[in-house]
Amino acid sequence: MDFSLMDAEPIWLSLQLAGVTVMILLALGTPVAWWLAQTRSRFRVVVEAMVALPLVLPPTVLGFYLLILLGPHGWVGGPVKALTGSALSFSFTGLVCASTLYSLPFVVQPLHSAFETIGKVPMETAQSLGASRWDAFFSVITPLARRGYLTAMVLGFAHTLGEFGVVLMVGGNIPGKTKVISIEIYDRVEVLEYTQAHILSAGLLIFSFLVLLMVYSINRRLPVQVT
Amino acid sequence: MDLLEAKFKMDYPGFTLDMELNLPAKGVTVVFGPSGSGKTTLLRCLSGLDKAPSGYMKIADQVWQDEEIFIPIQERKIGLVFQESRLFPHLNIQENLLYGYQRTLPAERNLHLDEVAQVLNLEALLKRRPEKLSGGERQRVAIGRALLTSPKLLLMDEPLASLDMQLKAEIIPFIKRIVNEFKTPIVYVTHSMNEVLQLVDTMVVLNSGKVENIGSVEEVFSDVRLREVIGDEQLGAVLETSVLEHDEEFGLTRLDFMGQVLNVPRQNIPVGQSLRVHIHSKDVSLSTAPLAGATSVLNILKAKVEKVGVLDPKGYSVDIELDAGRPILATITRKSLANLNLQPGQPIYAHIKAIKMIHEGEGMQ
Repeated sequence: MDFSLMDAEPIWLSLQLAGVTVMILLALGTPVAWWLAQTRSRFRVVVEAMVALPLVLPPTVLGFYLLILLGPHGWVGGPVKALTGSALSFSFTGLVCASTLYSLPFVVQPLHSAFETIGKVPMETAQSLGASRWDAFFSVITPLARRGYLTAMVLGFAHTLGEFGVVLMVGGNIPGKTKVISIEIYDRVEVLEYTQAHILSAGLLIFSFLVLLMVYSINRRLPVQVT
Repeated sequence: MDLLEAKFKMDYPGFTLDMELNLPAKGVTVVFGPSGSGKTTLLRCLSGLDKAPSGYMKIADQVWQDEEIFIPIQERKIGLVFQESRLFPHLNIQENLLYGYQRTLPAERNLHLDEVAQVLNLEALLKRRPEKLSGGERQRVAIGRALLTSPKLLLMDEPLASLDMQLKAEIIPFIKRIVNEFKTPIVYVTHSMNEVLQLVDTMVVLNSGKVENIGSVEEVFSDVRLREVIGDEQLGAVLETSVLEHDEEFGLTRLDFMGQVLNVPRQNIPVGQSLRVHIHSKDVSLSTAPLAGATSVLNILKAKVEKVGVLDPKGYSVDIELDAGRPILATITRKSLANLNLQPGQPIYAHIKAIKMIHEGEGMQ
């Protein structure tokens, strides 16, 4: 039974998708989380609710709207198609867009709470010592928020790796393009190939457990903050 | 001489801050007032952490705030020290100390790690982490870190409030050394007078968002109008003296106060060195002529009656302002006032029953 070759592609695709998504989410999530932690605007609750939406929404609902939005006639997909010749639905780029939205709360929330814990004082202190806001953010805030970043990265990565509904809706099931592990597992079960399904499922299970184990043990070992 | 000029107006619900300051930008200026008087707000406005909607601030020749200009905190040359040390936990002591130094233009660096570490006695701590330090050590690092930006002004907000008496006593000499050796002007905010009596050159007294008085420590401590703010137990006189001689036979030290002599218990201070003393107004009694016969009172100062305070018909005491070269306040009974029949300008003998020495570590009892 030679399953290694045929199974490598979905795994590689999943890892790529999760990696790219986490990168984008860190870049997008950091300013959003910082703004949420700093602002006294009344729109704060609105933004907080929007960020948390993917936590409660059925993935199929999110996937459905995204499919319309990213499709050849959608607000986003339409212009993209006009520019590049193809829409975003059923493409890897479309999957990245969808995953970014779907995993947003898993990145923004740990960062938000990390920034809130840090408070205003370190920023003020760094500025009083002559640092610009950017300088202070990278030299003081980011290192102080490293637990938050670690948690955000791992949760974002693991959650993207495990998504199913949104991916199926937006990306479909195109081998080498949009067929990720979770969909591959579904396919195998459909055709009663339980052995392959087992291997992929167990792999994902062990991987997830190891990642979380690593996060929690690193978190324990990071020095405790003092004021 | 360099001046610090500031004018801030800010409205909060139920509180208005409206202050105008004109201070010498040298030595230690203590901003004193009860909690809620606007001390911290003033300091945040001076530093640029907060922006008073209507404000003006100028130090030496640089305008930091007016109608058009508002220099942000990172471009002001100020050092800030708070009650908590606010050290960066992810950096060791040397990295903390150098954080601001590295962000100061090389041409503007007047102070360097070696000298600051030496003056603040931090050499042995450089490789340690903040969490391994005692509260007093952390506070010294915070002061050093602020100094290493070569600030034009060092702002301190209750820097000793969280330390116990012994640690306060440990830090005060370091603050003195900063003033003496680095010449950095300090604005020091506190609600505890005892803490700073030995440091203060200029005093700013705040109350409910307004400046009640600005002046030398001598002027402020003998100002009867400040009884409520400064506290009954503090009012009287703060006098600058110098050690004249030690009387080993009787275990006394004689102090020179503007040509007059004060006797205090033997102090372990070399002759010629200055010593600040604090006299409580209730420890000053008066007589119109030198006492005939012997007296157990050792310290009698010749003075002049400056002003007789307002009589409160319900109270039993009255404040008498004296001029002994420096202002001294005496609190006597109304009955005594009637007996003495004091008039402004009249020569008077002030009998000092108790003198409190203010020197390193002993200002905090």
